[in-house]
Amino acid sequence: MPRADLVILNGPEIETLDPHVLTGQADGRVSGALFEGLTRFDPVSGRGVPGLAERWDVSPDGRLYTFHLRTNAAFSTGEPIRAEDFVWSWRHAVDPTTAADYSGFFFYVKGGKELVTGTSTNLSSLGIRALDPHTVEVELVNPTPFFVDLCAMRIMAVVPRWTVERLGDQWVRADPLPCSGAFELVAWLPNNRVRVRKNPRYWDAASVRPQVVDFLSSDSPSTALNLYLTGEVDVLIEKNLIPLELNDVLLKRPDFHTFSYLGTYFMRFNVTRKPFDDVRVRRAMSLVLDKWRIVERITKLGEKPASAVTPPGTGGYSPPPGLGHNLCVATNATDRAAALAANIAEAKRLLAEAGYPEGRGFPTFTYMFNAGGGGGSRTHEKIAVEFQAMLKEHLGIQMELRPVEWKTYLSEMSRLNYDVIRGSWVGDYQDPTTFLDCFLADSGNNRTGWKNARYDALLERAAGTADPAARAALLQEAETLLCRDEVPILPVFTYTGLYAYDPNRVGGIHPNLTDEHPASAMFLKR
Amino acid sequence: MRYFLRRLAFLVPLVWVIVTLAFFLVRVAPGGPFDRERKPASPAVERALAEKYHLDESLGSQYLRFLGLKWETGADGRWHRAPGGLLVGDLGLSLKYRNHTVTDIIRQGLPVSLTLGLLAFGFAMGFGIPIGFYTAVRRGSWGDWIGSLLALVVICVPGFVLGPVLILVFGLQLGWFPVGLWGAPLQAVLPMAALGLFFGGRVARLMREGMTQSLQSEYIRTARAKGASELRVLLRHAFPTAVMPVVSYSGPMLADLLTGSFVVENIFQIPGIGVFMVNSSLSRDYTMVVGLVLLYAILLLVLNLLVDLAYGLLDPRVRYE
Repeated sequence: MPRADLVILNGPEIETLDPHVLTGQADGRVSGALFEGLTRFDPVSGRGVPGLAERWDVSPDGRLYTFHLRTNAAFSTGEPIRAEDFVWSWRHAVDPTTAADYSGFFFYVKGGKELVTGTSTNLSSLGIRALDPHTVEVELVNPTPFFVDLCAMRIMAVVPRWTVERLGDQWVRADPLPCSGAFELVAWLPNNRVRVRKNPRYWDAASVRPQVVDFLSSDSPSTALNLYLTGEVDVLIEKNLIPLELNDVLLKRPDFHTFSYLGTYFMRFNVTRKPFDDVRVRRAMSLVLDKWRIVERITKLGEKPASAVTPPGTGGYSPPPGLGHNLCVATNATDRAAALAANIAEAKRLLAEAGYPEGRGFPTFTYMFNAGGGGGSRTHEKIAVEFQAMLKEHLGIQMELRPVEWKTYLSEMSRLNYDVIRGSWVGDYQDPTTFLDCFLADSGNNRTGWKNARYDALLERAAGTADPAARAALLQEAETLLCRDEVPILPVFTYTGLYAYDPNRVGGIHPNLTDEHPASAMFLKR
Repeated sequence: MRYFLRRLAFLVPLVWVIVTLAFFLVRVAPGGPFDRERKPASPAVERALAEKYHLDESLGSQYLRFLGLKWETGADGRWHRAPGGLLVGDLGLSLKYRNHTVTDIIRQGLPVSLTLGLLAFGFAMGFGIPIGFYTAVRRGSWGDWIGSLLALVVICVPGFVLGPVLILVFGLQLGWFPVGLWGAPLQAVLPMAALGLFFGGRVARLMREGMTQSLQSEYIRTARAKGASELRVLLRHAFPTAVMPVVSYSGPMLADLLTGSFVVENIFQIPGIGVFMVNSSLSRDYTMVVGLVLLYAILLLVLNLLVDLAYGLLDPRVRYE
């Protein structure tokens, strides 16, 4: 196989190319090159911009979107893409028998929640209609300011109906595979690579520069680095594939680039277990964690200590100060020491008030984390050890560490079979609800046992509010409740992304909060 | 001949027991193939996913389905055998790589692992036999010292150290060989060495032992007494018996090499099946685990059988009843 124009080291082996059922980011990068929706991700901002729809109108109440499709939109195999194709694709994605993990994105569309949860089975009740072959009308439940961002998500992409109907779940194995995106599939070799080439029928084919792109899979950071250093790979796009042990050396190179994205590292308390049902205990434990020490001594990529779960700048929103915010904003060593001392004093007081003065009588408990996680450099373990030492030193309480492998970690977390557990969340779109919705009482991603009616009501009210300022205020109120008052979670820091490419050789990659770097925008500088 | 037919007949129930154990053991581990960092959109979606891959059925029913002995009422209302199953050679879809069947993945990865394994096998023999032979014949000399030390070192240094060292020296520093990927002959050199050296060291030690013992035997003295040339004594008389330990080791060694090495395939980014051997159990890819265990069991048992066959050919003292 001759070398492709552009070789991207994409991360772990992809599980599927099917845009409707995929879950992993690596899968999304490849599938996103092959399939497109009404909008697509802008490589600079990471937000939704016109894709197969060239423009859209929004009703004054923000609940009705009318998308106008491009008249030259076609699949790579020549079939035109019409409004009906979108209607069919969206119905296919929400149909529970398709078993699409991410079909929750359709909760914003009228009738979507009922269909995904199975309370309705009438697929035609989904709020999407074809007004004519080139016009799609979408009815939403609430004014949703980030809806055009959602339309760029893989699960909203248009898929070839006739192929799906013929081959069912295995439709992505069709040869040739009808693609709606910038590229078409050449070869999909398990544990090796996915090769794609430019789709000549793509509406924007003129601006797609690479002819052939390889997405290589690897889950070994040192291998990935070797391939990159010897020029076998042009772009190392997956942060977890950069050996963090070498941070100090690599970050000095001009071809290693860091950027902020929508990810937060935090810890979950199991509020259904004693003593973590007591908010004073949770607050005391949260206050003693020196987050600066963690980002400066362990993660070392320029992560920012966080007291709220939403990263700053998410869709123009600023998260409210959470518990221990004073420490996070302290810039110099003296201020940090003072803030930490104040926090520790407060923590001691809270713990005594909860009935455990100096930690006396506090039961021994465990902190669970996925062993070997964090890119092979055992980041999770190091953070756990720090937290353990701080609790022991400042509060006199004994935390035992319980490293478990990934699937055990997930299963114990879901079943609430833990005391305190590592957590993280990566947002999907640039709006605070991508984080805050996780902690709704009925969210499957809550996994703390924490249920708060006022929190749920605030988010519900925010969803129905069209005025951006009023909406942001409601969201801030909810986040304050979550991260300052109730603290079922302990935010630690917001993530920093990292990728490698030589800026003199490769162009078209831009830092953005959604961590979306479409291959169609990349090019080699000759 | 009857002995081998009996052994062959015994393979089938043995493989069945192994595969059955694998089938149930992998399902005992906590979590499942579809547990991910985020929950599916709704319990209905989660249920649909389990249903699609029959994980909602009882273990017994899943087992019958896996064997291909499950009868059910089809869409047409008629009673028929559920499609697929081990008995018709269908291992099903991988639960992690859901657009590929287990057979499909093995078919793509096995030739790569086989090639690499055979190369490493040849390398191990080519490295180990001469060194073992030489060090035994020249016992106590400097050559013996150096050869034996080399053999010991490559046994002691694990692949995950040896591989990166080879890459660092021959790939990154000297630039002689590619650091990874698969397809061109040059790309096979470093992984072959990384995989073969350990076994080469074992072979060298076994060969040295065998040769040393063999040289002290009565029949060697007899051969020498009869005036046979030294070369003839070493090669014709001593070598065939001395190589027996290497032959018996080569069966399991070949099985180990042919089914791929997680470490070496991972380090050199080689699209074999070694990586799947480890990752499939971590990701609870039930079908994949069972398929690979089946493959490994068959390979190991068949190769052991072949080794026993080779005994009979090499050593006239061995007779099978």
